[in-house]
Amino acid sequence: MIKVNAMGDACPIPVIKTKNAIREMNGAGQVEVLVDNEIAVQNLTKMAKQKGYQCQSEKISDDEYKVMITVPEGNKSAAADQDAAMNAAREGAAHESEGAAGTAGETAGEDAGQTACLPDSRKKKKIVVLRSGKMGEGNDELGAVLMKGFIYALTELDNLPETILLYNGGAPLSCEGSDSLEDLKTLEAQGVEIMTCGTCLNYYGLSDKLAVGTVTNMYAIAEKMSEADTIICP
Amino acid sequence: MQSRKRFVTVDKNRGKRGEENVSEKIQFCKGGGCTAKLGPGILERVLERLPKGKKDENLLIGFDSHDDAAVYKISEDTAIVQTLDFFPPMVEDPYTFGKVAAANALSDIYAMGGRVITALNIVCFPEKMDLNILGEIMRGGQEKVNEAGGTLAGGHSIADDSVKYGLSVTGVVHPDRILPNDGCCAGDKLILTKPLGVGIIATANRVGETTKEAMDEAVNSMTTLNKYAAEIAAKYTVHGCTDVTGFGFLGHLHEMMHGEYSCRIMSSQVPYIADARRCADEFLLTAAGQRNRNYVESRVDFGGVDFAMEEILLDPQTSGGLLISVAPEDAEALLAELQTLSLPCGMVGEVTDKQEKEIYILNQ
Repeated sequence: MIKVNAMGDACPIPVIKTKNAIREMNGAGQVEVLVDNEIAVQNLTKMAKQKGYQCQSEKISDDEYKVMITVPEGNKSAAADQDAAMNAAREGAAHESEGAAGTAGETAGEDAGQTACLPDSRKKKKIVVLRSGKMGEGNDELGAVLMKGFIYALTELDNLPETILLYNGGAPLSCEGSDSLEDLKTLEAQGVEIMTCGTCLNYYGLSDKLAVGTVTNMYAIAEKMSEADTIICP
Repeated sequence: MQSRKRFVTVDKNRGKRGEENVSEKIQFCKGGGCTAKLGPGILERVLERLPKGKKDENLLIGFDSHDDAAVYKISEDTAIVQTLDFFPPMVEDPYTFGKVAAANALSDIYAMGGRVITALNIVCFPEKMDLNILGEIMRGGQEKVNEAGGTLAGGHSIADDSVKYGLSVTGVVHPDRILPNDGCCAGDKLILTKPLGVGIIATANRVGETTKEAMDEAVNSMTTLNKYAAEIAAKYTVHGCTDVTGFGFLGHLHEMMHGEYSCRIMSSQVPYIADARRCADEFLLTAAGQRNRNYVESRVDFGGVDFAMEEILLDPQTSGGLLISVAPEDAEALLAELQTLSLPCGMVGEVTDKQEKEIYILNQ
């Protein structure tokens, strides 16, 4: 596995460092990337998705995120293609600069990464409420399997929810031992708020077992739910 | 020209790949553009707590709308247009930075249908830095104000630990000829007056991964005043107009639709800098582009256009072109006249009645 430290790097540097690492690997393997913001996580995820790589991310703290990218067999030729395209473009560039040496504006470089100032509003007011460890009614064993599948499927959505609320039977899903921890961590790293009811954690004796997201209270739960445009309740 | 030399040295490594080179440039440009600004989310919390002043009915466009500039009516036939924009350098050549920053600030006047009359410099500059650099920045700005037909009437300078530059601009417009962002009507045609992709190209350039030709094209676009396109547009029945900047084409299109209309965009008609497509496929993408995606994605049906095109449509533009909503019967003539200008432009789509999604991209 190759580790890439892209802490403190502005986009697109984390992606470029990661692409270089994947190229070095020259085949299947894993790259672990550390970045310090959600948007970088999203840009890495976007790249992985386009390339058909597996990608998982985890929020370690407010300014540290880990993204694991798994490159499957068959990566070699893709990387070679990219290099060829890049070289072709370079040659074009070299020709150009010979011809146009000394013209004005040649030294400009701009970081348009810095021109927009919008907060992430895509997920606003769409919340998922997990009020049970099981999805649907009927067989409990099946219900648990479905819930695990549901939370995984959330990670694959184009439009992630703003918040996931967990209470009562849903509370253990965000605690140690849950099968859905990795998926919830992936969601958290993409900016989704994971909030678990504190009273419920107490009741189930899980107060020190919370493994993802934050503890919340009934006021916040009531507020989130009443302000939501969409509540998804599997 | 010591100043230029210093900037050029940084750039000389362009074309080489390598981390040292990359980080050196990032360091130089760190905090440029709007990252240095406060996000609207944070700002709103402050603004909503401010005591409300008395309402002035002569303020035709102000705080409440998401428009490009404030417009205040001073007589029956004259309104003044006020705007201000400045940011830290995000180009390495100070003269070019001056031109881009000025063209960007002046653009808001044109987007409102106005004419530039005066401008004031806003400068932050480290006392220890080579003054020639400041001279070059201000030379670029001055040239653009002159070209706009305005007068650079003064300014303010502050000793600061990093460079920032921009303009406060005043323009005039006839109160009946104001071009609001959100004046479009169903049936209108949409015209874009500059190519997209300058954000992607400039980002790729910073890490040595685009061609000089493409970067020249981007700089040429960013330093071109929207004056010429606006003057042409003024001759036609234009219902709405905005300039495409940080929120990208789709972000500004969303503002233009303002929840009342939808639109269809023909992706093949959208002008963009050719190499931006390859750069997008290389993921030379900005944080701002991703924020734009987060902001607008749920309102857009991408209609199966490829990934690179999506990114181009979301790419944040510095000093981008005008997006014009024009009456259908005037559209062909307006486009034909705009095509006499130097930059690629296109009739990119049309406004429709409100539908389920706000923006439909057609892969044609």
